[in-house]
Amino acid sequence: MQENNLKAMSRRKTERLLGLVVCLLSTRRYLTADQIRHAVPGYPEQDDLFKRMFERDKEDLRELGVPLETGVNHPFDEDPGYRIRRQAYELPELHLEADEAAVLGLAARVWGHAELAGAAAGALLKLRAAGIESGDERSPAVPQGIEPRLGRPEPAFGPLWEAVRDRRPVTFSYRAAGRSQPQRRELEPWGVVNRHGRWYVAGWDRGRAATRVFRLGRIAGPVKFCGPAGSVTVPEGADVRELVRDWDSAPARDRTATLRLRSGKGVGLRRHAISVRPDEAGGDWDVVTTRFADVGWFADYAASFGADVIVLDPPDLRDAVIARLKGVLA
Amino acid sequence: MSTRQLVTSTERLQRLLALVPYVVSRQSVGLAETAAAFGVSERELVDDLNLLWCVELRAPDPYCPIDLSYEGGEIVVSQAESIGRPLRLAVDEASALLVALRMLGEVPGLEDRSALSRLIAKLEAAAGEAASASAQVAVQVDAPADGAEGPTARIRAALDARRRIHLRYYVPGRDEATERDVDPMRLLVVEGRTYLEGWCRRAEAVRLFRLDRVLEASVLDAPASPPPSAEPVDVDRGLFRPSPDDVLVELELSADGRWVAEYYPCQEVTDLRDGRLRVVLRTPDTGWVRRLALRLGEEGRVVAPPSLVAEVRDAAAAALANYVR
Repeated sequence: MQENNLKAMSRRKTERLLGLVVCLLSTRRYLTADQIRHAVPGYPEQDDLFKRMFERDKEDLRELGVPLETGVNHPFDEDPGYRIRRQAYELPELHLEADEAAVLGLAARVWGHAELAGAAAGALLKLRAAGIESGDERSPAVPQGIEPRLGRPEPAFGPLWEAVRDRRPVTFSYRAAGRSQPQRRELEPWGVVNRHGRWYVAGWDRGRAATRVFRLGRIAGPVKFCGPAGSVTVPEGADVRELVRDWDSAPARDRTATLRLRSGKGVGLRRHAISVRPDEAGGDWDVVTTRFADVGWFADYAASFGADVIVLDPPDLRDAVIARLKGVLA
Repeated sequence: MSTRQLVTSTERLQRLLALVPYVVSRQSVGLAETAAAFGVSERELVDDLNLLWCVELRAPDPYCPIDLSYEGGEIVVSQAESIGRPLRLAVDEASALLVALRMLGEVPGLEDRSALSRLIAKLEAAAGEAASASAQVAVQVDAPADGAEGPTARIRAALDARRRIHLRYYVPGRDEATERDVDPMRLLVVEGRTYLEGWCRRAEAVRLFRLDRVLEASVLDAPASPPPSAEPVDVDRGLFRPSPDDVLVELELSADGRWVAEYYPCQEVTDLRDGRLRVVLRTPDTGWVRRLALRLGEEGRVVAPPSLVAEVRDAAAAALANYVR
């Protein structure tokens, strides 16, 4: 019973909103709230109830992206009026070649179950409504046998995308790598970037007064807006892709390690070796040289091969591996 | 309340505003086909059409702005007044498509990019201002740059020619270079990594091969012929599905070892004191967990199962013995 009531209410609201859209699209003149109330069925008689309902309706339409304009027909009109300009409302004429339409279907699937999946489906529906047929995906323009997906949803993506879109500053608590406690950060976000399957946000960190990059997966708890829309300015020439690339990229491998590897083992280390030769000291071993960047990272990696790898040189790398292994036994 | 979520009035309005131009641009279109395109039942569609037909305005005399019929299962809109064209793309909608299309442009092996670039240009023009925010979102795909003679190019060639391929494939968990013949099915680009999906003739099962772990690839003369039972992976449900045979592994991580929870899909993650973390992973093969534990040192410790705890200690002791000799 209650559900039926809700359904009937929802239906009446849909009818009213539809009437409102058609009414405002059909007029060139601005219509006052009072004129609208008489033209569109479904508004209540009492003034205060009408006012509240009309405010909600305007908000709902704007949220859908309906370009509702406010203005007056004569400079001396007292009450503002409303209209929707067709040119601002309508999707411009759009014709797609068969191969272009074919790519469209693949693109709409990229978001999978991730955040903008609904928006992608909505866009596709509008394009179909504009007369665009779904293309044949066997077209040569579509990469055959390729199925790209953005992957797992990330809870912080939604609010951060909104913040970037609406140019609003945000605050969140962030656990930097190796920190035991999360810290409060205030950020003017410039853009979000997915790199190697992970989402990042780059922008101006107000607390640090510097450009910073954050990994979305390390944001603990909710992301909150802390300023009005339009209050963030992305500086001219700021390239968020480059910021994230710099932050994430591996340092140069400018040091050389000499390792003893058991024959046929340490395949991962051999892949990037500079030289591999049988160990003259005998036994079932090879001596391998390879380049590395960071002692800590490379010691971790070498330790993961256990007894199949012995670091001969440099000494700091050798000590770091021994420390790791002792750490396991501690 | 029913378990099915009620469609909000604005969601329904959105559908109605697309429905009218959908029919108008096609002159006439079947009920079944339209219902499928909008993802609703025919009953719901008929209800939508009735609602549209009933819209009435008084300005000042009552009139019905929309006239339509669906006799014999064919919808015809004879009067659509001002809603004959779809609403413009919203910022989110334009961005979702443009970001996806730009990502497609980075996928390895797409030779003909002209359709893609033309489509991007047309959508940018149609979306107007709504397209500008999409520049603030970027997706970079991890494409192995191994050249025209490298494994990636050979795998693409095998897919295009529908031929079997021989792979030397690195399995880090076992520290092994494996040899196998594979009937290629698709290339998947998921979470920034590129995988070959194919029927592995050695495992007699569908397997995913990360392109950056393919050591060598050569196209064979035999045609690719995955058996009819070879089911493609449902990428929207995630690439790695737990199996009942999996072993549950429990690890305790220090603040420095928290990256493990970001890097590997965990079944359970529990925050402990001082930024420490307890995670439960499930895996068909514990070899890689042993390697992980060795690299973590003091930053993480296997807590269960006991057999793996012992295995990690033995491996660390054996490795240390190499240094004291």
